[in-house]
Amino acid sequence: MSFELLGGRVMAPYFGSSIHVWGSIISVFMFSLAIGYLIGGKLSVSKPNAQRFGFIFLLSAILLYPLVLFAEPAMLWIFDRVEDPRYGSLLAASFLFMIPTIILGMISPYSVRLLVRSVEHSGQVAGRLYFASTLGSALGTLATSFYLVLWLEVNEILALLSGTLVVMFVIATLSHRYFEKQHIAANKN
Amino acid sequence: MHIKPMFCLGLCLLTLLSANAWSEKILHEQRSLHSRLIVKQIGSDICLQFNIRKNQRNQSCINTKHPKRMVFSYTRMSMASLLFTPNPESVLVIGLGGGTIPIAFHELFPTAHIDAVEIDPAVVEVAKKYFGLNTSAQFTVHIQDARVWTKRAQRALRKYDIIILDAFNGEYIPEHLMTQEFLQEIQSLLSKRGVLVANTFAISELYHHESATYASVYGSFFNFRVAQSANRVVIAPVVSVDDETILSRAKQIKAMLKPYAIPITGYAKTLVRTRNRNPDWQQDARILTDQFSPANLLQR
Repeated sequence: MSFELLGGRVMAPYFGSSIHVWGSIISVFMFSLAIGYLIGGKLSVSKPNAQRFGFIFLLSAILLYPLVLFAEPAMLWIFDRVEDPRYGSLLAASFLFMIPTIILGMISPYSVRLLVRSVEHSGQVAGRLYFASTLGSALGTLATSFYLVLWLEVNEILALLSGTLVVMFVIATLSHRYFEKQHIAANKN
Repeated sequence: MHIKPMFCLGLCLLTLLSANAWSEKILHEQRSLHSRLIVKQIGSDICLQFNIRKNQRNQSCINTKHPKRMVFSYTRMSMASLLFTPNPESVLVIGLGGGTIPIAFHELFPTAHIDAVEIDPAVVEVAKKYFGLNTSAQFTVHIQDARVWTKRAQRALRKYDIIILDAFNGEYIPEHLMTQEFLQEIQSLLSKRGVLVANTFAISELYHHESATYASVYGSFFNFRVAQSANRVVIAPVVSVDDETILSRAKQIKAMLKPYAIPITGYAKTLVRTRNRNPDWQQDARILTDQFSPANLLQR
C-alpha cells in the first residue's frame, strides 16, 4: 500500500493527480496482485520451504529498484507517445508497478501453504494471515502518508521498502536454516 | 491556526463594505469531480467557494454593480505584472476560478493570446454562467491538469510574456504545482521579456519552504505583499527592470487600470521599496521537489 501511494507521487509530474491517475494505479495494482496470487499459489505446490519463500522477497526487492532508476525516462517516453492522460497513466502504471506487484502478490498464498498444518485450521491460518497483511497495509499507508513523506524523498522511501524486503529475505533464510537443523536433529533422535 | 480569524476578518470586512451587508444567498451548488463548488450572492458580490466549511475563503468574487472592479487584493496585485511587461502579447493563467484575471487581460489586450488552464470542467461552466467568462479565438480555456498541460506546452516550445500561477483547490495549491521541477517547467515557458506572477499565502510554515523553492529557480524575486492581506505575490521578471521604469510605467497604465480598482502607482512604490529588502523567510528551509513535497502537511 505504501508502494501504491508512492506510485501516485511518482506519476503526478507527468500525468497529474486526477482521479484517472489513481484509477490507473489502483487497477494496475489489483490486476497485478490477482496474477501474483495465482502464481504464488501454483508455486506453493511443489516443495514449499522458507528459503524459496525468502527468494520471493528478494526478487521483489530487486524488481522494485528499477522504479527508482528508470521511472523518469520511462514516463517521458510514454508522455511523448500517448496524448490521453488516462491511457498514458495506465500504461505508465503498468510499466512501472506491474512486475514488482505481481511478485509481492505471490507472498500471501505461499505463506498460507507454509503456515497451514491441518485442514481444520486452514481457515484460521488464512484469517490470521489476512489480518496481519491487511493491518500491515493500513499501518504502512498511514506511516507513509503521515510521516515518511515529511522526512524522506520518494526514492528514499522506495529504497526503504526495498531494504525491508531484503530483511524479510534474510529472516526467511535464517529461519529456513534453523528449521532444517531442528529437522535434522529431530531425525537423529 | 491563525488562518481562520484572518479569513473571518477578511470576510466580515467584505460583507460590511458591501451594500446589503448580511444578505447571503446560494445561487449554485455542485459536487464536481475535484471539489464542491458553491456560488453565493453576498450583498452585491457573487462569489465562488470551493467547500462548505464555515469561514471558507472565497476563490473568486465579482461585484455585480461594478463587474470590472477586482474584489480581492491578490487579483489586483497580479496585475502589477504589467509594470514589467506593459504590452503582453501572450498570457498564461494556471487556475481559472471565476476567471477574473484572464478576463481582465482579455479586456485590456484584446489582441493578446490568452491561455487559461483549469482542471475542473465544472469550474469553467460556473465561470461562464456567473462570472462573465467568454472564450474566443484569442482566449482559450484548457481543461487539464496544469502539470500535464505545462509539460506539453514546454515540448511545443510555447512562450508567454506573462504567466500567472493561481491554482488552488479547497485546501491550498496542489502539491505537484509547488515543486522546483514545476517552477522550472514554468520558467521555460517564459518569453525573453516574460514575467512570472504567483499567488501564494504567507501564513504558515509552508511560506518558508515555498519561498526557498521560488528562490532556487528564479533567484531573487519581488516578494510583493500589501498591508492587511495574507496574500503574498511572487513577481519574477526574466529581465531586471529598473526603478524609474517601474514608476513611470505605473503612471502610463494608471488610467487603463482604473476601472479595475488597481492602485498601480502605490504598487509600483511598494515594489521599488521591497526590491532590496532582505528575505523574510528562512533561507535554509528545505526546497520542495517532486521527490519531497509534503507541502500541505507543512501548512500547519
